[in-house]
Parts: sequence; structure tokens; C-alpha cells
Amino acid sequence: MDSAMTIILTGFDLLLSATLLWLAWQLLRSTDIFKAIIFFICFGLLMAIAWVRMHAPDVALAEAAIGAGLTGPLFLAALRKMERKQKKERRFDPEEKRDNPDKRWQVRSREASPLMWIVAALTLCFAGLLIRTVWIIPRPLPGLAQQTAAHLGASGVDNAVTAVLLNFRGYDTMLEVMVLLLGAITIWSITHAPFPPRLPDTSPVQKSAVRLLLPLICLTGGYLVWQGAYQTGGAFQGGAVLSAALVLLLISDFLWLPDMHSLPLRMGMVLGPLVFLSMAVLGIITENALLRFPPEQAGAFLLFLEAACAISIGLSLAAFFAGGRPASDLREKPYQTDQPDTEKEGS
Amino acid sequence: MTNMLYSFTGLILFVFGLFALISCPHPLRKILGGNVMSTGIFLFLVATSYRTDTASIDPVPQAMVLTGIVVSVSITAVALVLATRLQQSANRAMNRREKKNEGGAAEG
Repeated sequence: MDSAMTIILTGFDLLLSATLLWLAWQLLRSTDIFKAIIFFICFGLLMAIAWVRMHAPDVALAEAAIGAGLTGPLFLAALRKMERKQKKERRFDPEEKRDNPDKRWQVRSREASPLMWIVAALTLCFAGLLIRTVWIIPRPLPGLAQQTAAHLGASGVDNAVTAVLLNFRGYDTMLEVMVLLLGAITIWSITHAPFPPRLPDTSPVQKSAVRLLLPLICLTGGYLVWQGAYQTGGAFQGGAVLSAALVLLLISDFLWLPDMHSLPLRMGMVLGPLVFLSMAVLGIITENALLRFPPEQAGAFLLFLEAACAISIGLSLAAFFAGGRPASDLREKPYQTDQPDTEKEGS
Repeated sequence: MTNMLYSFTGLILFVFGLFALISCPHPLRKILGGNVMSTGIFLFLVATSYRTDTASIDPVPQAMVLTGIVVSVSITAVALVLATRLQQSANRAMNRREKKNEGGAAEG
């Protein structure tokens, strides 16, 4: 019985690996970029299954919500912006042949130039080296499983991954929340949002569905954050679910959304990093070390931290999707020739 | 067995992504390639720490991968905004050049 199970699981692993590789190859070689993005979303979903097979359910949830659920729409929105053009305006196409500008819609023939062959050969050599290196790693590999299990009691939570993320290696997570904030700041400085990316008309069915779904999604996000203390879940997964709610709001074209003041958004995005920083400083004062929590109150501290981080993560990810500074945040009207197409499309 | 299989899958994904990053001219496909690369690294990292019994699985690589996923989505978002801006300025530059060429042809 047990051996039969092993055979089935091995077959499943082989099939999953082969499918992942095939999807990756397809998404990198298909001529249509839209198709490639769809392949990428499928790839992310299958990766989530692979994470479950690796006994990493926390990563699986994050991959399904962020890797497939948010990165895919980010790509689709960027593609839509890049392909939008005014009448009579030619669009610069990076894949077109330079010497034959008239045939820009022709599928680019992937001629094998000598340079390409050299690059392919070098990449293959690199792959061989990597595989050989992995092959000669002495096994079994050392790990930190025992140490983590031994100190889990002092961390304030029962989920080992959450304990590592927020307590044992809180430093990483603090910097990561900062990276998210930095990303949002960069995007806001580069461009103002074509906010929201307008659809011709949103159907009333979609609007009411979004209205019904929103509280449910927020509840699920909050539950995931709460659950992070003892089961699969946590700030990242909860934050990603919250950002999904915001993305739904953005694409449903609610009227009040573009007029929203940006101050609450800014406050929300800064909340996570600020709380993290104040906790770090508090650790220096009370426990004499950065980001060390008193073991008795660690659970409460971590829950507070997770809730603040989830709000910032959700808002920052949604800001990534919106792709720019909200219109109400601009002191003056945007420079007209800057984005001539958005003005036309928005009206 | 399982960890070796997924380790090698991760490595091959990394190499696919690297090749696409070098050889594809379209910026979106370059960013897709970068994403496939990072996914390959994550898969390799977690697969290396995989054990058959659930109790002795190392949570540290998993936490690192979780961090990595969030960082890679922020990098992707910034890269996509930069790519869109690049496209818009390339459009403008090309149209200006074409207009200039047309004007020059009419005069001459």
C-alpha cells in the first residue's frame, strides 16, 4: 500500500516537473506576448501545487495569491498600456525588424544567428556546471529544523515559518517591508496613475458582485493574518488577499475612487515599516537587542506587527497595480504631452 | 529522489529564464524571464531543504522564499512601470522623427 502511494507520488512529481518546464519554455518562446502572460499565470498556479508537494503550504498560499494572482494582472495591465496608441500614431515595437519597418506585424522569425548559438552554448555549459555542483553536494544537508523547534516556545507563535519570519529573522522581514514601500515610492515618483485603468463600461452585475465580495475578502484576509500564529497563513498571505480586494475595486471603476485623497493611502503604506521600526527600537530599549521581544508578550507583539504589515502590504501591492501616483495627489494638472493617450482614453 | 527532481527542475527553470533574459528583445519578455529565473531559485532553495518526514523540515528556507516572492513582485512592478515609460518615450521619439522626415520631404 505504502509503495503504491510512493509510485503514484513519484509519477505525480515527474508529471508536475515536466509540465512546469514545458510551460516555462512555452512562455519564453511563444510569439504572442499575451499568450506568454497567460502561460505565466498557469505556471504560477502549478508552482503553488509544487510548493504543497514540498511541504511548504505558506509559500504555496503566497505564490497562488502573489505570484499568480497579482503578478499576472500586473503584466496584463502593463501590456495594455504599452499597446495603447492614438490613431495615426505608430507604436514603437521592440521586436520588429529594424531593416523592414513595414512588416512590423509579421511574426518575428527567430533566425539562429551565430551570436544566439554562442549564447545558447554558454547557457548550456552554465546549466551543466550548476547540475554538477548540485550533484556533488554532500547529503544529507544540515538544517536549522531542530534549533527552530527548540526555540519555538519562546517565539510567541506556533507556526514555525511565522516564527522565523517575524521573530528569529525579523530583520529580513523588516527590510522586505521597506523594499515594498520603496517600490511604491519609486512608482509614484516615476508616473502619475492612469487611474483607474478605465474599462468602457462596467456592468452592474460586476459592481454588485464586487460590493458583495469585498467584505468577504477582507474577512478572509483578516482571518489569514490571525491564523498565521498557529497555522498556514500570515501577514503576506493576508496582505495579498487584501490587495486582491483593492484590485477588484480598481478595475470595477467606482466613481469615488479617483477622487480619493491620497493621505490615508500614504499613512497605510507607511504603517507597517513604522510599526516594525518602533518595535525594533523598543527591543533595543527593553531587551538590549534589535527586534528582540520579551517571550511572555511576544505573541501579542507579533500579532500587532502582522496586522500592521498586512495593511501596508495590501496597500503597496494595490499601488503597484494602479501603477502611479493618484490623480488627486498632483499639485497641478499633469503635463499634457507627457501622456497624450491616457487623456484621450480616459474621457 | 523528490528533492533531487525538484532541485533540477529549479535549476533548469533558472537557465531557461537566463537565456530568455539575454536573447529576447521585448522588455516584457525579459521581465517574464527574470520572474522564471527567480522562481527557479526559490524552487531549488526549498527543494534542497525538503525532507520526507514533515517534522524535520527546515522552516528557514521557506521563510526566505516567502520574503523573496514579495521582493520579486516589487521588482517586477517597478520594472514594468519603467518598461511602459520606455515604450511611451520611444513612441513619442519615433513619431517626432517621422513628422520631421515628412516635413523635410515636403520642403525638398
